[in-house]
Amino acid sequence: MEIERAIRVEELTKRFGDFTAVDHISFSVGRGEIFGFLGANGAGKTTAMRMLCGLSIPTSGVGYVAGFNVATQSEEVKKKIGYMSQKFSLYEDLKVWENLRLFGGIYGMSGRAIAEGTDRILNELGFAAERNTLVKSLPLGWKQKLAFSVSIFHEPKVVFLDEPTGGVDPVTRRQFWELIYQAAERGITIFVTTHYMDEAEYCDRVSIMVDGKIKALDTPRNLRSTFGVASMDEVFRRLAREAERKGD
Amino acid sequence: MRCSAGWLGKRNGKEIEMKQFLSFIRKEFYHIFRDRRTMLILLGMPIVQILLFGFAITTEVKEVQVAVFDPSRDVATQQIVESFRESPYFRLVEELDDVESIHTIFKYGKINLVIVFGENFAENLLHTGEASVQLITDGTEPNQASTITAYASNILADYAASLAEQGSLPYQIVPEIQMLYNPQSESAYNFVPGVMGLILMLICAMMTSIAIVREKETGTMEVLLASPMKPIYIILAKAVPYFVLSILNLVTILLLAVFVLHVPVAGSLVSLLFVSLVFIFLALSLGLLISTLIDTQMAAILASGMGLMMPTMLLSGLIFPIASMPIALQWISLIVPARWYIEAVRKIMIQGVGMEFALKELGVLLLMTAVLLVVSLKKFKIRL
Amino acid sequence: MYSVTASHISKSYGQVRALDDISFTVDKGEIFGLIGPDGAGKTTLFRILTTLLLPDAGSATVTGLDVVKDFWRIRNGIGYMPGRFSLYPDLTVEENLTFFATVFHTTIEENYSLIADIYKQIEPFKHRKAGKLSGGMKQKLALSCALIHKPTVLFLDEPTTGVDPVSRKEFWEMLVHLKSQGLSILVSTPYMDEASLCDRIALIQGGRFLRIDTPERIIESYPKPLFSVCASRMRSLLGDLRACRQVDSAFSFGASCHVTFRGEPDSAELADELRAKGYVDLWVEEIRPTVEDCFMLLSKESDDGN
Repeated sequence: MEIERAIRVEELTKRFGDFTAVDHISFSVGRGEIFGFLGANGAGKTTAMRMLCGLSIPTSGVGYVAGFNVATQSEEVKKKIGYMSQKFSLYEDLKVWENLRLFGGIYGMSGRAIAEGTDRILNELGFAAERNTLVKSLPLGWKQKLAFSVSIFHEPKVVFLDEPTGGVDPVTRRQFWELIYQAAERGITIFVTTHYMDEAEYCDRVSIMVDGKIKALDTPRNLRSTFGVASMDEVFRRLAREAERKGD
Repeated sequence: MRCSAGWLGKRNGKEIEMKQFLSFIRKEFYHIFRDRRTMLILLGMPIVQILLFGFAITTEVKEVQVAVFDPSRDVATQQIVESFRESPYFRLVEELDDVESIHTIFKYGKINLVIVFGENFAENLLHTGEASVQLITDGTEPNQASTITAYASNILADYAASLAEQGSLPYQIVPEIQMLYNPQSESAYNFVPGVMGLILMLICAMMTSIAIVREKETGTMEVLLASPMKPIYIILAKAVPYFVLSILNLVTILLLAVFVLHVPVAGSLVSLLFVSLVFIFLALSLGLLISTLIDTQMAAILASGMGLMMPTMLLSGLIFPIASMPIALQWISLIVPARWYIEAVRKIMIQGVGMEFALKELGVLLLMTAVLLVVSLKKFKIRL
Repeated sequence: MYSVTASHISKSYGQVRALDDISFTVDKGEIFGLIGPDGAGKTTLFRILTTLLLPDAGSATVTGLDVVKDFWRIRNGIGYMPGRFSLYPDLTVEENLTFFATVFHTTIEENYSLIADIYKQIEPFKHRKAGKLSGGMKQKLALSCALIHKPTVLFLDEPTTGVDPVSRKEFWEMLVHLKSQGLSILVSTPYMDEASLCDRIALIQGGRFLRIDTPERIIESYPKPLFSVCASRMRSLLGDLRACRQVDSAFSFGASCHVTFRGEPDSAELADELRAKGYVDLWVEEIRPTVEDCFMLLSKESDDGN
């Protein structure tokens, strides 16, 4: 039953003392789906994402990622997922190929698989000439594309992307989403947060979190028509304006 | 100042600047007080260090391994050696045949004390009432060495006294005490000046540089530099709290030394405080210099840790006597500021001599302060 | 008098040319936007104008004062919010504001009216440490700190980066309000949709300005008719559009793709071709370009030019 559902979450809750950061959220994400996870700053996105990555134990409720329970089988979960964020992506003082070797090694890939994968990724990205370049001297957009490729290097079932395109130029941002589409076509499930509302439109389905609860979950098209507005931006604003809590 | 300089007049402008400055200092104290852990370390460290060093000194001596070189081999020397043999503190393990073997025997590290009798010991003693004996110890452990020589001198004095009871002459055995590898035979309480140098360096140089670099890291330095605050005030305001803290630490160390460890301040307290103030200024300018060259807190910790703490610990004479270092290291130690400070404090505090005997050290410290201050102010950027 | 002028500013870091012959002016009471991705040189330009960096070549003035010679007087009259979180995380909201007020020789009370609208929103949390605020609230506090001394020019370097859309919208409303009080504002952002809120914008990439104008005029100067295409299978649509012979450029814009044609546009023909590839629910219409369309076109032209 867990085969087709890459992520299944039921009544997942996280409390810190009196504060309920994530409040009984339930949803499921299918294999190869691009799932947009939106919410205002402080709505509980990061906490929810940490629980799904097996980094934080839920106070109550259950979550399954790639068929494993995030509370009791976090080690198995970690082997089956990839992670990339705007803040931490690659080691700046390592060369491009060294980063690939490192992350391949972390996920227990064989030396041969790493070597082949490195060639494949560099060719796909058109970075073959940058193999020996230090990551810190790449332009930001390139870094982010490379970081994404590294996060799916070990063919995870699910990849979590935390604001992957912040500050990236518009052309590269679109190339980045094309990479995401390709990964989804291969069956990798994409779980992504973003502050660019046009990017929400790229997702198959979108959830919007407000005050720790999921207030809306549907395809972007349906959300727009449900709220009777022209863009996701307005859908988001309608929901987030209702937020009670603002500071944390 | 846009508003003030025009119509409030100059005096008011100064007052406003003063207010700005004081508010900056208050902010610095907030930073220090709110970082409980660091504050605890800063205030607790001198106490812990003084107590650790204080109680690490072995005042009790047992099973001292003794070697004897006795060219006289007469009644007197035999009896003295016998007294050492009977003493519970000493164990006679070797009789040496020549003077040269003294050095090699210390290198193996088994022997703690070598007793060297002069020639014709008994004859000299009986006829002139005086005889010489050398007590040689390993000066790399000055605390232990001085305790050993004190015990050994006691045995010699007892023997002389017992002779005096039999005859009429006041016999004297003058032990010539020599600490190998530490010829100046520095006092057992050397660590007190050493700890003072270490703590002051740490608080002033390391903490000041970290505090300034932190503003660079949080991005607030950018805002401050783009504000009417004079850059030099930013630096001064950063230094003031650590100046206060280091004075507090200095007082703590001195109180502990005097009342807990019973190391008296033999010389003038005023001179001691004056030298310390000079050293504090030196360390503050060193911290400022580091902060102008470095951009992250991590690098500041490494630079001050490796660049200041290590030399202060190893090359200042705090742990190893300078005289027993290889020549190259002795040369390097000349540029370690703590070396000069520690030496000056030793003279004033432990040996109790006046400031006029520490003029060289004071001069070097003043010169170093001037150079560092000029360089760091020149390096300090009014821009990013 | 212009609030800011820059003429032929260049700045390099070693081999990297961060700014290349930049010239522009900001009028009094204007919101001027620097629009471009990270690494385009926005921060370097801000630091030169706020007297924190010296340009390698060229000159600049702020409120008529030279940024190199009169840096001291400029520092008295500008407000600056750098890109990074530039508050003291271990001080409370109120302590931060009080501190910056003193640094600028003033008090909260004296200039409360100017920051009241913004500060009121965070005042309930004034005893909270700044490090524990959410992104949107930190941003409001930082803006209050930059405004506390009634500056005449406000420099805001990426104030909305990493902030959610609602807080961003609120922030821009505040800027428009400040502008109405006569402040000149130079603001940078990587979000193209914020460009339309500026009076004039400069599109910047790779240390060069691609274009300076009002957002309307930049959009009007888009050289070709632009079409929006929607269809049932959006994921494969972009690839298929690019494969069409008559399509010149195609970019994904979420719910639709933006397309320009080679030669005379014929949307009916394109629709037929797509239907032949099995697309249903097709929707092709001519639309008004966005600033983002213009940026992509101009940056491509600039790359081709090199």
